[in-house]
Amino acid sequence: MHGTKILDEADRLMTVCNSCRYCEGLCAVFPAMEMRRAFSDGDLNYLANLCHSCGACYVDCQFSPPHEFNVNVPKTLAVARAESYAAYAWPQALSGTFARNGLVISIIAALSMAAFIFGFAALVDHSVLFGAHTGPGAFYKLMPHNAMAAWFSAAFLYAILALVMSVRAFWRDIGAPIGGRADGGSIFQAIRDAGELRYLHGGGVGCYNEDDKPTDRRKLFHHLTFYGFLLCFAATSVATLYHYLGGREAPYPWWDLPVVLGTLGGIGLIVGPIGLFVAKSHRAPELLDEQRYGMDVGFIAMLFLTGLTGMLLLLLRETAAMGPLLALHLGVVFALFITMPYGKFVHGIYRFTALVRYAQERRSEAGA
Amino acid sequence: MFPTSSYRADGMSSKYDVLVIGGGNAALCAAISARRGGASVLVLEGAPKFYRGGNTRHTRNMRCAHDAATEILTGPYTEDEFWEDLLRVTGGQTDEVLARHMIRESKDILNWIVEQGVRWQPSLGGTLSLGRTNSFFLGGGRAMLNALYLTAERLGVDVEYDAEVTDLVIEDGMFLAARVKRPIKGETAIRATSLVAAAGGFEANIEWLKQYWGEAADNFLIRGTPYNRGSILKMLLDKGVQEVGDPTQCHAVAIDARAPKFDGGIITRHDSVVFGIVVNKHAQRFYDEGEDIWPKRYAIWGRLVAAQPDQIAYIIFDSTVVTSFMPTLFPPIAGQTVAELAGKLELDPAALEKTITEFNAAVRPGTFDHTILDDCRTEGITPQKTHWARRIETPPYLAYPVRPGITFTYLGTRVNKEARMLMADGKPSGNMFAAGEIMAGNVLGKGYAAGMGMTIGSVFGRIAGREAAKHARN
Repeated sequence: MHGTKILDEADRLMTVCNSCRYCEGLCAVFPAMEMRRAFSDGDLNYLANLCHSCGACYVDCQFSPPHEFNVNVPKTLAVARAESYAAYAWPQALSGTFARNGLVISIIAALSMAAFIFGFAALVDHSVLFGAHTGPGAFYKLMPHNAMAAWFSAAFLYAILALVMSVRAFWRDIGAPIGGRADGGSIFQAIRDAGELRYLHGGGVGCYNEDDKPTDRRKLFHHLTFYGFLLCFAATSVATLYHYLGGREAPYPWWDLPVVLGTLGGIGLIVGPIGLFVAKSHRAPELLDEQRYGMDVGFIAMLFLTGLTGMLLLLLRETAAMGPLLALHLGVVFALFITMPYGKFVHGIYRFTALVRYAQERRSEAGA
Repeated sequence: MFPTSSYRADGMSSKYDVLVIGGGNAALCAAISARRGGASVLVLEGAPKFYRGGNTRHTRNMRCAHDAATEILTGPYTEDEFWEDLLRVTGGQTDEVLARHMIRESKDILNWIVEQGVRWQPSLGGTLSLGRTNSFFLGGGRAMLNALYLTAERLGVDVEYDAEVTDLVIEDGMFLAARVKRPIKGETAIRATSLVAAAGGFEANIEWLKQYWGEAADNFLIRGTPYNRGSILKMLLDKGVQEVGDPTQCHAVAIDARAPKFDGGIITRHDSVVFGIVVNKHAQRFYDEGEDIWPKRYAIWGRLVAAQPDQIAYIIFDSTVVTSFMPTLFPPIAGQTVAELAGKLELDPAALEKTITEFNAAVRPGTFDHTILDDCRTEGITPQKTHWARRIETPPYLAYPVRPGITFTYLGTRVNKEARMLMADGKPSGNMFAAGEIMAGNVLGKGYAAGMGMTIGSVFGRIAGREAAKHARN
């Protein structure tokens, strides 16, 4: 018996699956399962985070509902996965934020945006907030660069600390039987597997979302979202380097690297989340973890808002709307950062960690 | 290349070129092949959509001849070797002309089936011994079926589920129409120029099994769906089609007694016999557990258990061998002493202790190797255990209760190389074809080798569809 009902169910299913093994060619979950005969909590959390929810094993399973064996691996692992985020959250006192995540994220986002708007309004006079500003340093008329950098660095560093602590707990829990540290080769393999979403492909035929036809486009939309996010992050990083090393202050012209990266990323962050949201709302109920709908949509919405407010800021930065839009954009990004360790964002971190572990196990098996 | 006229299945007057009855591998290969041959095709599957496909749902591989290793097959498997394997498992109860034709055609099936959307993978974990001869379906039999259905529907084959065929109108060896009962549309007649019967055997029809097995059949578990009732087979034989295969025989393996009555599939099997002893409800051994190596030992135990009182037996072993075989769906029943285990199994503790003590005393020293016929054997008891005999002495003592699990039946309709049914007088039917388990007895008179059922289904399905379409065109 495990600590939770969902882990008991995951254990039951892995026992069924391990005596069948027909799905072993579909993804990483089943080969990893075959390396075990019994499943600890850590093993099940590991398998849950390896699962990419492509749905193929449900459609291919001769024992999925309405069969009395009631084998529904994608849904069971989705619930177990979401519960694992709370189980490993740091500090544990905040693990409850996963339970009503959509609500929590919305409140924090609203508060954060309000804080920036009212903060600007209180600290600078109205003519500045609603004035049109152009040329280098225009943004910093509303908030001094150093204050902006300090606030966002603090939020970002906190997010990293919380994530590192959470992943450490996860890694320890899934470490048996090899244990120890990750090697470079396994990390490189996991970067490739995660980067191409190797296991979101239904074993080659494609993924399932709405019905039993492999017509799912989530892989494309996830790529747009993920690489959009990375491009935006790169834009901010390049701009920071410009600022401190090159002494060049934002805003930059449209053809300059931070703006080009940010524009491309912003388009990804608008199109990708819309696609993912549409897919989510069409997902077959038998594959959907309804409890986590708020968390998933909350994260999708935050990414979409980041992209949208960023693009609007770019388009309208020479008008009087720049002040309020900057406040909104900064508010959204700030909220995104501080809620990172307590929302859907962590799925990528845990899945990547599980992929490292999987690569490590494969290597150790091949070497044995 | 496809007919432009559209046919509707919901009217009394509907008429198709080819009517396929059944919904498994053979039926779908026939439907696709007939459609690609230019025919309009209707598939009537008696089961609901989830349970479509009969035994194909539970399969995982197909045995095809090939002259060289491929991406997924570790080495060549020639036509002659395939033929020798078939001859061996059937003990010669096969039609050589038909069998050799099937084996020749199986070579091209490896590619043809991929063109129909089915994907292969190397042999599954735990089945290395099949890596050279058998091609495994990526995702298993249901994935294979899903691919065939998607292809059939894309090509314009009409498919209906819950469509129970209640009668066939056959005159002078010619199929005219089928009466079909459907949940919403009610009972109607469907006419077609050609018929392909691919509706399997009667393994799920307990009443029919009882004709040969008596009341013992009540204790049989059926490994596939409850829809494999053999009603089409019975209609065809009643209406003058020549039968083939021993009606009293079925393929049976020992499966866990805790499995559901129907559709437990492959995961209820036990392959741990060689690692222990097998006793009946009187705690007595009844057969040499070490007689032969997989897969032969796998296939005989269903029949052996069926012959025991109440059709129940128990595989007994100890904690030292638990990791020697694949993990099982149902955990073994455990006891710290033999008597405790016997109590849980509701066996006579004294009798089980005596059986195990005598067995242990008879075990001779040897070097254990489960991959070969090793020299670990007993002396001085009956029956002997001739290989892999080791003492059962390390608690906890463990047991799996097992019953006969019926996979398929051998009775079928006789066909020729065109998959055309032969009538009782030996004349080929004008427009009736058969494929899959319903005619498997032509090449597989008895016994089995892994993956052969799917070979029969795909090869004869493809031929039947092609010939049925050809007939419809003329």
